[in-house]
Amino acid sequence: MSTTGVDIHTLMIENHECGARADQTILEVAEENGIFIPTLCRLPGLSNIGACRMCLVEVKGSNKLLPACVTKVQEGMEVTVNSERLAEYRKLTLEMLFSERNHICSVCVTNGHCDLQSLAQKLGVNHITMPYIHPLMPVDASHPRFIADHNRCILCTRCVRVCIEVEGAHTWDIMGRGTKALVITDLCSPWGASESCTGCGKCVQVCPTGALSEKGQAAGEMHKRRAFLPYLSMMREVAR
Amino acid sequence: MTNANVAKARVATVWLDGCSGCHMSLLDMDERLILLEEKIELVYSPLVDAKQFPENVDVALVEGSVSSEDDLHKIRLIRANSKVLIALGDCSVTGNIPSMRTVFPLAKVLERVYEENTTINKQVPTKIVPKLLERVMPLHEVVNVDLYLPGCPPSAQDIFFAISELLEGRMPDLSTTMRFGA
Repeated sequence: MSTTGVDIHTLMIENHECGARADQTILEVAEENGIFIPTLCRLPGLSNIGACRMCLVEVKGSNKLLPACVTKVQEGMEVTVNSERLAEYRKLTLEMLFSERNHICSVCVTNGHCDLQSLAQKLGVNHITMPYIHPLMPVDASHPRFIADHNRCILCTRCVRVCIEVEGAHTWDIMGRGTKALVITDLCSPWGASESCTGCGKCVQVCPTGALSEKGQAAGEMHKRRAFLPYLSMMREVAR
Repeated sequence: MTNANVAKARVATVWLDGCSGCHMSLLDMDERLILLEEKIELVYSPLVDAKQFPENVDVALVEGSVSSEDDLHKIRLIRANSKVLIALGDCSVTGNIPSMRTVFPLAKVLERVYEENTTINKQVPTKIVPKLLERVMPLHEVVNVDLYLPGCPPSAQDIFFAISELLEGRMPDLSTTMRFGA
């Protein structure tokens, strides 16, 4: 036990001895130690929810795979980040995201600047092994400045979280279950008719794919600007 | 210089349901095409005159998705007659743009094209043109694919690298260099 009153744990991540505060997650500690764990729904500055399952890791003594972004460190933990099983599951999970909606990268506004697309490339997903579902998904262009294209949505809920946690409006939420779930504005009214939306556009900027974009962008033109998020978080810390 | 004693690799390129952009990228190899010409014989392609897909093909590069009964017949023949089958570009790897019609029932798509948007002789064709499949598929949903070259289109450099490696007897690994869409 440390004399400063901070609990320090020692754990092994990929055979690398790491020191961590008791309130830290495996993901935070791995990143501090330069160990890469893939993430998709996570965005620093927002809460972590473990939705996308990209950061699953193996912890010795547990037969379940645990999401590193929401699993707190424990004394003596032995964490495996890279194994054949994990690589396989991560690829399959990404493939399922691609097969569940209509991710036509070549004509997408975020082609070349998309978190889903670049993670697929990084993890070596160069084809989708399961059949595409090709669901007929709505596109909401009722907002004067933004578009919600559900064909590209991976249900990461970054938009929901940034709207609640940073903007404080709680315009976005989730409706339905499984692959049929949708991100919705207000009580599933058109975005343009939303009374709670402030039009700040934070949801558009944090969206990892082309699901939320600014109007007037052609294929590949939508660049997301996320520098505001750590800045806002920092200024709030200062204000406290 | 060409060595007449060394048998050239028999290469075919095929254009299924795509825009021919991948073949344009193939031609974009520019002077590298001359290097390849010394090592390959182009036995079937939209760029040469052969009408029938030949037997004993070493490498087949297939652009486009499987969208019609004709595509289905062709891709099975290509697979049966080729040692290495390459899915060339996003349409053959993912379905890409041709697959966007799959979200609608086929009858509705045909009605839209041949009746709603037509001013004279409104009718869905039943002769000569091949029958469309209900769903558009990437190649690997129908046959085994040996190498995936995603991209819309894949770059000339990546295609050249893939063919060059195969000619050297190596299976190129481009899984983390190439991506969908690019």
